[in-house]
Amino acid sequence: MDILNHINYWAAIALAAIGLYAVVARANLIKKLIGLSLFQTAVFLLFITVGKITGGTAPILDAAYEVYSNPLPHVLILTAIVVSVSTLAVGLALAIAIKRDYGTVEEDEIHAEDSAAGPDKA
Amino acid sequence: MFVAATGIAAVWLRNLLASAMVLGIYSLLMASLWVVLDAVDVAFTEAAVGAGITTVLMLLAIALTGRHEKRRRARPWLPLATSLGTAGLLIYATLGMPAFGDANAPAQLHVAPYYLAHGQAETGVPNVVTAVLAAYRGFDTLGEVTVIFTAGIGVLVLLGGAKRRQRKETEPAAGDSA
Repeated sequence: MDILNHINYWAAIALAAIGLYAVVARANLIKKLIGLSLFQTAVFLLFITVGKITGGTAPILDAAYEVYSNPLPHVLILTAIVVSVSTLAVGLALAIAIKRDYGTVEEDEIHAEDSAAGPDKA
Repeated sequence: MFVAATGIAAVWLRNLLASAMVLGIYSLLMASLWVVLDAVDVAFTEAAVGAGITTVLMLLAIALTGRHEKRRRARPWLPLATSLGTAGLLIYATLGMPAFGDANAPAQLHVAPYYLAHGQAETGVPNVVTAVLAAYRGFDTLGEVTVIFTAGIGVLVLLGGAKRRQRKETEPAAGDSA
């Protein structure tokens, strides 16, 4: 019973862990951004879960219904989805700019190029 | 469960093109999950923005940066331990959260009942989400538009500015040789 009460939170946490792993472990910048968006949807899931009320319906007022789910998390997450797309767009643009300057989007190759170029500049 | 499976697949696949496709499926499943959780407005946005615009952006970026991820990383244990440790701590924290769907949880008792009771009378919109978004939290939405504007400028500067810099770099070089 306790498990059923919290399983949605745990699903959100599992998604967050997958996203975090992708951001930290993967060297490819595009893959890191995919991980970041997974993490963001995990946070969305957590918020929407908090707003759900058992037996409630979507918060569109109608005389036929009495119980509505909480509309406030929905509003916040609507804003957050749009913001997440904005950050994703800027991140992808950064990745494209890095690809143009370094010729790669793999993190360790970028570090290798930086350390190879360092002594020449000094 | 399907959502988690597609999420893992999106991270697992080495072919970035397939990964972006799986991410699109993931967004669509998320949208259906929002419908189940009564968040229909969020479901619309997720289906349009998450499954639509995000996939297009991803495909554009992959077309410009190459579609294959290099195979490496001998020891993934440190990141794995970090993410699993974080997950463990968060799960420990959820034990103090109210049960799923509880109508008397603190989050349901603060301002939401006011919006539900007075929203239609004060704004004339039966959809409470729209009423809150456009009326009660209108400045928040203005801030959201500002974020999109800033992001648009950022993308333009990143992608357009570099071209101009390249042109400037080649011009002095031509002057030196002359």
